[in-house]
Amino acid sequence: MYQIKESNRELVTQHYLGTTYEKWPMYYLKISQPTNKAKKIIWMDCGIHAIEWISPAFCHWFVKEILQNYRTDPKISSLLQNLDLYILPVFNIDGYIYSWTTARLWRKSRSSHMNGTCFGTDLNRNFNSSWGGVGTSHNCSSSTFCGPEAESEPETKAVARLIESRKSDILCFLTIHSFGQLLLSPYGYTKEPASNHQELVDVAQKAATVLKGKHGTNFTVGPASSVLYQNSGSSRDWAHMIGIPFSYTLELRDRGAHAFFLPADQIQPTCEETTMAVITIIEYVNQKYFPNGAKLTSGNLCLNLLLSVLFVGALS
Amino acid sequence: MELEPSHYPAQRAAGVARACISYRRGECTDIRDIPGTGHKYHLEFTLKDTVQEVSFNCTAEVLYHLGSQHSAPEVHFTVEGELGKNPDDADNKFYSRIKSLKEPLVAQNIPDSFGIVPPEMEPIRHLAFSACDYIIWQNSTENTWYNLAQIQDVRQVKRNDDYLEFDYTVLLHDFVSQEIIPWQMQVLWHPQHGVKVTQNSRQPK
Repeated sequence: MYQIKESNRELVTQHYLGTTYEKWPMYYLKISQPTNKAKKIIWMDCGIHAIEWISPAFCHWFVKEILQNYRTDPKISSLLQNLDLYILPVFNIDGYIYSWTTARLWRKSRSSHMNGTCFGTDLNRNFNSSWGGVGTSHNCSSSTFCGPEAESEPETKAVARLIESRKSDILCFLTIHSFGQLLLSPYGYTKEPASNHQELVDVAQKAATVLKGKHGTNFTVGPASSVLYQNSGSSRDWAHMIGIPFSYTLELRDRGAHAFFLPADQIQPTCEETTMAVITIIEYVNQKYFPNGAKLTSGNLCLNLLLSVLFVGALS
Repeated sequence: MELEPSHYPAQRAAGVARACISYRRGECTDIRDIPGTGHKYHLEFTLKDTVQEVSFNCTAEVLYHLGSQHSAPEVHFTVEGELGKNPDDADNKFYSRIKSLKEPLVAQNIPDSFGIVPPEMEPIRHLAFSACDYIIWQNSTENTWYNLAQIQDVRQVKRNDDYLEFDYTVLLHDFVSQEIIPWQMQVLWHPQHGVKVTQNSRQPK
């Protein structure tokens, strides 16, 4: 992260979020075109579940894509006029390290419970969105242990604190997982539709279609509680509940043939197709909140003034 | 086995049928509640042998029994075409190779963390898939979706007869609960006689 920030100083800054249970510092990258404009925010996090190795790989790829192409790709440069990208490459640092050094199939964080006899909270059950309800476990040895209380984990607190403080500027919250090839909208904790359910599904469908165009990969779209399973305490649900209009979980390749052990030759194609899907979602958000022509440049202003002078002249 | 998210309960039932017959994708046509007995799923699907590159049409009925005591789901199926195959070259080569090993085969972590399986371990992995099918079938409920995630450990047990025997510790993944469940299984194999799980037990996490 340091190297990326150093070699792209005009665009990238590194920001402290907090520390993990094992005291690793958590940083997110802010990709922001310097202007005087007040911009809105797109948030994306990877690696909340340690076992899902393709996820952090995707965040790294995505950052690389943006930084390599923002000067030459009109799509990307136009997005960056109005939007800042906040990227957290590894949410669950402790768990991710543990999956590399000790237990490949570890999913949770590495917090200690029950006097050191039980480890880890499922960070995606630890958010304050119907916490502790359906689809979670209150048993600390379970893979979906929701923690002793909502936001009990330092990692959850660190992210929630930032999102909460900037929520009026965050338009889109994306959280990257595997596997399943799914684009999930809220909610997981209930079958009740989100207030903007249809729009969420339409945009996701658009993204899935674009994704499929790249390598033919099929993604299924819909609310988590119908497409996947009911679960409470997810970050995606929480983000939408505090008012972030676009909130999605992406479950990347595959559908179970390799499951968590995605072969190395699928990393790049997965990252390429997912990048296209994410850009599609961000483009929609950009168009919706910054429609073409609404932006007043100095050129437009002169033309407007000229026209109004002519009209006044004509009327008098 | 792959997910087809349009109908997850049907997929889980199909997973059970697969574990019983071995398949790749399923489509539910009917779920029936049989009062006092359980839930019956009627399925039509395609079985794909990825090694031989052949497909078979199948129908199956999977009955999950109600009751406090777990019993294996009942599976009745029909398959268009011949499923069973004669041992092929690869099977015989594998058999000869293992039989002639001086030291019993021992291996861990198949696939490794990066998804890599050494070519000589592929048959060990195929054998584990087959043996796990039995365990998955026997232990499935309407709310589980088991798949073999990784072979944690495999040790050959030398025998005096014609069979090969392996003691496996595998890690099963349940997609519904996201649990990783260690399972020990004793597996016999012979090119002509096929796979048999002689003993198996769930292990503590």
